[in-house]
Amino acid sequence: MKVIFFYIIACFLITISVHSSEDENKLLKVYKNLRCLVCQGQSIADSNSDFAATIKLVVQDQFNEGKTEDEIYKFLTSKYGEWIIYQPIFNKNNFLLWALPYALFICGGFIIFLLVRKTKHSKVK
Amino acid sequence: MKINISKIIIFSFVVFLLFIFWQGLKKNNSYDTKSLIGSRISNFQLNEINNNNQYISEEDLKKNKFTLINFFASWCAPCRVEHKYLLNLSSENNEIKIIGINFKDKKNNAINFLKELGNPYTFVGKDVKGKISISFGIYGIPESILVDSNLTVIKKVVGPIDQAQYNEILKLIQ
Amino acid sequence: MLSNIGISLVILVLVLSFSTIYAASLDLKISNRFISENIYKLSLFQTTFTILSFFTLIIGFINSDFSLINVYENSHTTKPFFYKIAGAWGNHEGSLLLWVNILVIFSYLFLVFNHTHNKQFRLYTLIVQNILILGFLFFLLLNSNPFNSIYPIPPEGMGLNPILQDPALAIHPPLLYVGFVGCSIYFSAAIGSLLSNYDGKLFARSIKTWVKISWCFQTLGIIVGSIWAYYELGWGGFWFWDPVENASLLPWFAITALMHSLIVLEKRNTLYSWVIVLCLLTFILSVTGTFLVRSGILNSVHTFASDPSRGIYILVFLSLMIFSALIIFFSKNHNENYNFNLKSREIFILTNNWFMAFFLLTVLIGMLYPIFLDVLTNKKISVGPPFFNIVIIPLVVPFMFLMAIGPKFGWIKSKNKIFYKSLLLSLGAVAINLFIFYFFGKYSFLSNLIFTAAIFLILYSFLDIIDSINKRTKFEFPRAISHLGFGMLVFFIGINHQFSTEEDFNLKIGEVKKTTNYEINFEKIEIKESKNYKSVTGIFKLINLKNSSIQNLNPEIRIYSSPETLTYEAAIKTKITSDLYLTMSNVSRSDFYNIKFQKKPFMIWIWISAFIISLGGFVQLTLKKNED
Repeated sequence: MKVIFFYIIACFLITISVHSSEDENKLLKVYKNLRCLVCQGQSIADSNSDFAATIKLVVQDQFNEGKTEDEIYKFLTSKYGEWIIYQPIFNKNNFLLWALPYALFICGGFIIFLLVRKTKHSKVK
Repeated sequence: MKINISKIIIFSFVVFLLFIFWQGLKKNNSYDTKSLIGSRISNFQLNEINNNNQYISEEDLKKNKFTLINFFASWCAPCRVEHKYLLNLSSENNEIKIIGINFKDKKNNAINFLKELGNPYTFVGKDVKGKISISFGIYGIPESILVDSNLTVIKKVVGPIDQAQYNEILKLIQ
Repeated sequence: MLSNIGISLVILVLVLSFSTIYAASLDLKISNRFISENIYKLSLFQTTFTILSFFTLIIGFINSDFSLINVYENSHTTKPFFYKIAGAWGNHEGSLLLWVNILVIFSYLFLVFNHTHNKQFRLYTLIVQNILILGFLFFLLLNSNPFNSIYPIPPEGMGLNPILQDPALAIHPPLLYVGFVGCSIYFSAAIGSLLSNYDGKLFARSIKTWVKISWCFQTLGIIVGSIWAYYELGWGGFWFWDPVENASLLPWFAITALMHSLIVLEKRNTLYSWVIVLCLLTFILSVTGTFLVRSGILNSVHTFASDPSRGIYILVFLSLMIFSALIIFFSKNHNENYNFNLKSREIFILTNNWFMAFFLLTVLIGMLYPIFLDVLTNKKISVGPPFFNIVIIPLVVPFMFLMAIGPKFGWIKSKNKIFYKSLLLSLGAVAINLFIFYFFGKYSFLSNLIFTAAIFLILYSFLDIIDSINKRTKFEFPRAISHLGFGMLVFFIGINHQFSTEEDFNLKIGEVKKTTNYEINFEKIEIKESKNYKSVTGIFKLINLKNSSIQNLNPEIRIYSSPETLTYEAAIKTKITSDLYLTMSNVSRSDFYNIKFQKKPFMIWIWISAFIISLGGFVQLTLKKNED
């Protein structure tokens, strides 16, 4: 049982480090995180539209200038709003979005914990 | 039926959820860049369409009381439709100056377009690859941004300017 | 003519539904053990007329009868025969008629096949189900009637969206609806059980088969939808966390949780209230999903044309459903005593439910948050794939470990030998993962965990399958198959994600692009006129630089005339080891074509694994019949 709990905790910790160690094509990752504004639910990576092509050029330029991913996102959100980013930025507006699933997960675990404890106590009686 | 705290919470939550759904139906979920209004444009330099050595930047625009920055192209049909409003604005009004940015177009086609329909622009810049439009928060053409002498955005028009938009612009520049 | 026949049939079904409710309410008061013959007859007539009404619509499509607005808006004389039929359910009104059909058919079948169960329970179920049927019938007749007629009769139809002309997409709605709508019957049964105070074990037995059937078809429906998206939408992806996809996933999580909890209810007659909650929740989620997708409240690439009046209707129906269910549950539910040891199968099944609830809530929150934020603060944000992937994937790791060892625990309590087998297999899984890591490519710590957990699940399930064949214990077999499928699915999605290559570049006719492993020759363009479209096909010759093999890939740009649309057809070469994927689109006002080239290892194994998951369910259905 302890092994299982260890795994669960390890996974929480990994969630935090998920961004850093992936050796992916960074450009593609950014394209996939940007929303095509003139399409119905497609990312810049998937879209064939003119707008998507232009954004790709701008992102490439910024990468070549040495800008980081976050700086690129900041630039685009200042021009187009948070709507253009698929991964919601962790600010006071979106805090609940990220926190709620985990909070509920912990509640669920707690309920199961209580159930097992109640059984143990009634056995002891 | 026992009145239980948890039951009240669940009921209230369901009512809240359904209320949000109902309100959500009324909302328009198509995208616009209204959020740009109030922000300042800065850090740009536009090269003249005919002459790479000539350019315009923030300082030049601050000299105007109001500037309308209009993105257009010779291959864009709605641009032709809005053109007359641009001509009206430029000729009848000294409060406002119009800058044109030629978007993803060929120089000669743009010049012919302006020869044919008239030139309302005090300066015509070029944006061959379209990258400059991104700095202005543009995502289609025609689009126009109205700024004041501090370069704060006071209006954004997505699509061609029609009579209603034209009247609004006139009101704003009084 | 057809319009009149159709509407008459639907009104007939309406009348029969009312009659059924009335007759059933009367029969409730008669205290014998058998349901009156009349009710069976009413139900049979209801089913017959409902099916006939659906056939009427299909005939309208086959004959291209444009006097029906629905046929006019969604069909065309040049549409191939098979797609004319599929057009009947490929639109909002027609699919609603399909909903009603499934509601009615399941109502009848449940009545007939559960004849060994308590009369009160069956009658209450019938009544509730028919109230649901009435709700949908009213919606159909008053707002979304597929039989509305138009005069003068137009000579030609507006055509079906060309993207929908695909075999996978043609069968996708019926498959999915058996899942989506099939869960209505255990919603009704749950209320029926509450109202008649039915015994937990017996209740579990009555709905067991229906839960499994809806699970199998929901799984299949989702898989087929993904396959269609991969082959048709032209972006190489198969899951986009798009609202419509999420709407089908929400009931899936609930049905999976329910399926597992039913085992506990049947075996140990506990978790009754929780099972009832799950039954109610599943159909509520289905209708909520329908609301979100058809009302226009969410932006999606798959939406049907939206109409706010539909939204109000579904919302009212949903509200009535939720409040009635809540009131009946709170007033009729009894508190249970729970008795769970830590090392018992019951706890592992509860854990499954715990994780399923987490996945479900994450998807639900992700879908609803933008709506909440927009209504309350007027800010618009997007919640897309990165959110869902980041939140859900890490927890799939412990989930898979638990999936492997959970079923090994006995009921009530277990011994410790499970620990040693698990330790051995974990080491094996770690070894295999490290092998892949060192020989094929480096990946992140999280990916290491995912692969290790998936391999662990695969090994364990595989051994279980062999065990079950050797010892001839049939009941472990289906479970092991589905769990094996799940492990394989995660494993191959992981491999595909890690080792896929993607290139995006512009090319003119005659040019060549060299990537690290391939040489892509853009040879020429062929223009062809087809039945209802014009195609611009790019002829590409691909040379594999490692083994000098040559492939031809011919992506298309299709220009349809009615309605006027442009689609991009990917050229896909599917092999057992990998897929080669090529799409081409024109860059406006230039001679360049934008080319996207992808190599996707083991792509077909993703589909195979997913089918294996649903296979387990189907095998269990057939096994049950033998044991009865």
